[in-house]
Amino acid sequence: MNAIITPILVLGCMGLIFGAILGFASIIFRVEKDPKVDEVRECLPGANCGGCGFAGCDALADAIASGKAAVNACPVGGSVVAEKIGAIMGIKADASEKKTAFVMCNGDCDSAKDKYKYYGVADCDLENGLNGGHKACSYGCLGDGNCVKACNFDAIHVVNGVAVVDKEKCVACGACIKACPKHLIELVPYKSKVKVACSSKDMPKASKDNCSNACMGCKLCEKNCPFDAVHITDFLAKVDYSKCKQCGKCLEKCPTKAIQKRA
Amino acid sequence: MNLFITLLAAVFVNNFIFSKFLGICPFLGVSKKVETAAGMGIAVIFVMTLASAATWLVHKFVLVSLGIEYMYNIAFILIIASLVQFVEMFIKKSSPSLYQALGVYLPLITTNCAVLGVTVTNMENGYGFLQSLVNGIGAAVGFALAIVLFAGVRERIASSPIPKPFQGFPIALITAGLMSIAFLGFSGML
Repeated sequence: MNAIITPILVLGCMGLIFGAILGFASIIFRVEKDPKVDEVRECLPGANCGGCGFAGCDALADAIASGKAAVNACPVGGSVVAEKIGAIMGIKADASEKKTAFVMCNGDCDSAKDKYKYYGVADCDLENGLNGGHKACSYGCLGDGNCVKACNFDAIHVVNGVAVVDKEKCVACGACIKACPKHLIELVPYKSKVKVACSSKDMPKASKDNCSNACMGCKLCEKNCPFDAVHITDFLAKVDYSKCKQCGKCLEKCPTKAIQKRA
Repeated sequence: MNLFITLLAAVFVNNFIFSKFLGICPFLGVSKKVETAAGMGIAVIFVMTLASAATWLVHKFVLVSLGIEYMYNIAFILIIASLVQFVEMFIKKSSPSLYQALGVYLPLITTNCAVLGVTVTNMENGYGFLQSLVNGIGAAVGFALAIVLFAGVRERIASSPIPKPFQGFPIALITAGLMSIAFLGFSGML
């Protein structure tokens, strides 16, 4: 009889003791958690894309609830989510301007010349390691699609050798920006239609030889802009989106169509 | 010297993953990135050392003295599970930064067979307290070494042109098998 009772008693007591210790420990070691954190977390999209700069939606909810991040810090949720979180936090949210990613290269297979043929694994980082990739222009998009792989929203695709963003699907999380070894992708205002689809800082002649769509830094756009919104630095045009009024005068003058009007 | 041999044997010769095939679940699950693999490895070292000490004490002073050593399996599972839970709560309160680094891995280790494996090995070999502790540390370091090495290989594999039938888990398992054979080379060391 003892052979049954002893183990039952011993293990039962061990279980009770451990249970009691854990029970007390949970009271002694309890960490106070702000109930707002859970409420804010409920409002966030939950894709954990990291577009806000925090480790994920949980981390952002923590930061917002403790006041370290703004209520409109989530670029994916936009103004809808910002309003909801603002209501929880008791702060009126400024509507954050909607943004979209944009690839600053238009050197597709027809216009950009090749330095060599690349037969390796389709990976931008690997190809970039081989003398900057197959394109004659060392700034151009390699088209291996690291940005496509990084995108959680199916919003970027390689078309004719160059990555193109689908503006309607893009949530401006910035995952593709981090994935691009050429640093070709930037966030631009969703409303903006005038964008420079080139990143080449080569000398004018080299740019022109390498790619028929390249910006040569001729300054025709800069001279013709009535709002002082386009400037050339390092032989490359750059649009100041805060000044641009979308008049499109620069597009008409551009000899290579490096500045484009895209819907 | 004896302790040093125990440590070396636990890390290389009796490597928990490559020669005993214990703890394969986290080994395959948490080995896609070196960073997370290292985190898991450190958490395992932490828990295995504590578990070796705690189970040795309970085995010696409770189970043996009452003559119910045969209940060791149930008792050890009970001890390990509550120990990990307790440690998790303790870290959460005392060191939030450590909790950030280890917290996600701790619940995974609660039911890790490698932890139970090392405590049972300690008991079966009749190790003393210090030797149990050293064996626990050694086994855990061996686990961490294996998982970090494997994660490094898998990072390379991820960007290699693997034939379609072998993509994903098949190539990972083949790699693990090859690494296991490589570790066989250590068996002549002691």
